[in-house]
Amino acid sequence: MDRRRFILAGGPAFALTSLAASGCHQRTLPKEASYSPSFFRPVEWAFINAAVARLIPAEGAGPGALEARVPEFIDRQMELPYGHGAYFYLKGPFLTNIAPTLGYQLRYTPREIYRLGIEDANTTARQLYGRDFPSLAASDQDQFLGAMEKGGLSFSRVPSAVFFAQLLANTKEGYFADPLYGGNRNMVAWRWIGFPGARADFTDWIDRPGRPYPYGPVSIGGRS
Amino acid sequence: MSDARKQRAVDAVIVGFGWTGTILAKALTDAGLRVVALERGPARATSPDFEYPRIADELRYGVRGDLWQPLARETVTVRHTVNDAAVPYRKYGSFVLGNGVGGAGVHWNGQLWRASPEDLKFRSHIEERYGKAFIPKDMTIQDYPVSFEELEPHFDHFEKVCGVSGTAGNLRGQLQPGGNPFEGPRSDEFPTPPLPPIEAARRFEKAATELGYKSFPQPSAMPGAAYTNPYGVRLGPCNLCGFCERFGCFLYSKASPQTTILPLLVGRSNFELRTGSYVTKILQDKGGQRATGVLYNDESGQECEQPAELVILSAFQLHNVRLLLLSGIGTPYDPATGAGLVGKNYAYQMCSLTAAYFGEEVQINPFIGAGAAGMRVIDEFNSDHHDHSNLGFIGGSLIYAGATGGRPIEQMMLPPDVPHWGAAWKAGIRKHYRHSAPVSTQGAVMSYRDAYLSLDPTYTDAYGLPLLRMTFDWHENEYRMAAYSVAKVQEIVRQMKPEKQATLLARPGDHYDTRFYQSTHMTGGAIIGSHPRNSVINRYSQSWDLPNLFIYGASAFPQNIGYNPTGLLAGLAYFSAQELKSSYLKSPGPLVSA
Repeated sequence: MDRRRFILAGGPAFALTSLAASGCHQRTLPKEASYSPSFFRPVEWAFINAAVARLIPAEGAGPGALEARVPEFIDRQMELPYGHGAYFYLKGPFLTNIAPTLGYQLRYTPREIYRLGIEDANTTARQLYGRDFPSLAASDQDQFLGAMEKGGLSFSRVPSAVFFAQLLANTKEGYFADPLYGGNRNMVAWRWIGFPGARADFTDWIDRPGRPYPYGPVSIGGRS
Repeated sequence: MSDARKQRAVDAVIVGFGWTGTILAKALTDAGLRVVALERGPARATSPDFEYPRIADELRYGVRGDLWQPLARETVTVRHTVNDAAVPYRKYGSFVLGNGVGGAGVHWNGQLWRASPEDLKFRSHIEERYGKAFIPKDMTIQDYPVSFEELEPHFDHFEKVCGVSGTAGNLRGQLQPGGNPFEGPRSDEFPTPPLPPIEAARRFEKAATELGYKSFPQPSAMPGAAYTNPYGVRLGPCNLCGFCERFGCFLYSKASPQTTILPLLVGRSNFELRTGSYVTKILQDKGGQRATGVLYNDESGQECEQPAELVILSAFQLHNVRLLLLSGIGTPYDPATGAGLVGKNYAYQMCSLTAAYFGEEVQINPFIGAGAAGMRVIDEFNSDHHDHSNLGFIGGSLIYAGATGGRPIEQMMLPPDVPHWGAAWKAGIRKHYRHSAPVSTQGAVMSYRDAYLSLDPTYTDAYGLPLLRMTFDWHENEYRMAAYSVAKVQEIVRQMKPEKQATLLARPGDHYDTRFYQSTHMTGGAIIGSHPRNSVINRYSQSWDLPNLFIYGASAFPQNIGYNPTGLLAGLAYFSAQELKSSYLKSPGPLVSA
């Protein structure tokens, strides 16, 4: 565990005691190579990095989406069956004007939602601001994302609110999922909120309800 | 069908291998029958499928749903009224369907309830207490043709099979301190002691008690101590791991078919389980007098015919109904005329969540708590436990407190003033995650003339067969019922003295929303009753149409209850199994004369 990063990230102080408690020794992680996206093309990768940096920004205390490596998580998800829509029923016909309460009714897989959504987002940003989304000022990016969330931008294929919902859901997944999927780097998001991850054993705490839980997180891969 | 490979005939074929399929497999193999069980999903065992640490993976199991039925192959379509177009349930939201050996009994929360005595005679109970006019005209509720007293020994047996932890509230008619005073008389104590309350439940219990309610431990199908069940199968105590609902239990603690009954069946020479076997039709003889077996596609896609003397339909509620409709057994229900019975009386539950937000000095530790374990409940406002004379609705809700886990992707509870993203969201998750306690209601939805299941005319599954179509929306009775229960919850939460509270609840005029998880307790469509005019199955779960077809599961419920359904559907299955063994197998034929 990288203690310097952890302290900067402002994680709960009690997590420090877990090193002694769990018998782990402090170690230095090898310097990481930068990640090369597999699914996203360079323009798309720039969009993803810029957008998640506004959805969970670095500013203020706590890790942002970039520190948690959310873009890597999303890229890797796109190459899994999930990205190809394997978890969804995607047979037609695809009806329009259906009550929103009946859920997603488009033909697109997550890969297609990103590909088409990013293209439309950059096109719309150029129309409104004369620049692609990643080149906008942070405050304009926030405004743009807020308009997408409300469905207020007219994208040509995937409605802006649908694209936004996909992006936000995957961003939070990448922030909170086990690090084995490429996000939640060094369990920064778990440390931030005080979730002990894959510990999955609270036998010692059954008769101590309400007492602060002293142990930091562990991952499925055994990191603490 | 002519290309179907004909398998060797057996005495009984079981369709669907979750709780009721396993219960019947044991009963029928005990009786010496040669039994084949067909399960469309994969084999699943505690080891290696639920092993730690791989199972502690929220994304894989809690979000993507690796244990659930793959919707890409088969889903249902949904519409609110008969005048709407039905569209597919394309992504998981409102409910999650089990798949594979153990069925939904693998990924459940282990909240194991009996029905209240009046739940089983609900129409006559309501008419007797409030008058016939009290029941709205379009409400099609009816009595079970079996009483609490008849089912009690079977509830008791299933609790012992599962090693249920809890505190008795009514022992042979004597009210017991610390238990549920509204439960029907039980013949025995719970087999294992309750787990201590988790922090959210402890605070709830204190507040509820101060307000005069009788709080008690949630009956939990995870033992409170090491336990050996009547079949000699061992279960371990729950450690509150936080990965329960939506997960398989790595500890051999949460009761599932795998951890309670299946070890007995393995190795029985008269039992065979075929996984990857997707049943498409129940076959009948030419005269439509009896079932002759089933048609299914095996793992390789080969169509097979499995002849059998006895057909046990024990798939999930929705699938039972769909198979009956696909097989042309019985008459499909028609909401225009009220005629027909297959698909009739589909019902659901209306639930709410109220979050108590405490300051950062209060440690709720939401990640400590697994499914039913350590929850506390009050039952004052469920069933007909209180006087409804002036309330304008019937039925009610369970009110329970405790986290089923505190997994951050799915279970982050934030007050409405925290935005969904941005720096304020990041600050909000830190401020609230460890310091919020949920109090929930789970309310009964009654059955109605316009809520039903049928085959979809447009959408098909991976084999080209019609999907099941659900026609369902909320009714006035349930909006009122839920609002009433939630008002009680909010009063209790105020007594818990949080900094603030917020509630999620369907309000009058809101339509049924398939996007957000509410409940997998779906009921009806092949209901139980006293006569072939009012039901698909008789009191022994035997089809009125084909006497060698037995149908199990919540598809039998004539209307829903505020409780979780597993205890009741298991009770009905054991009640039926007893009659099968003592009567039907000696002299096959109708067990109830029409």
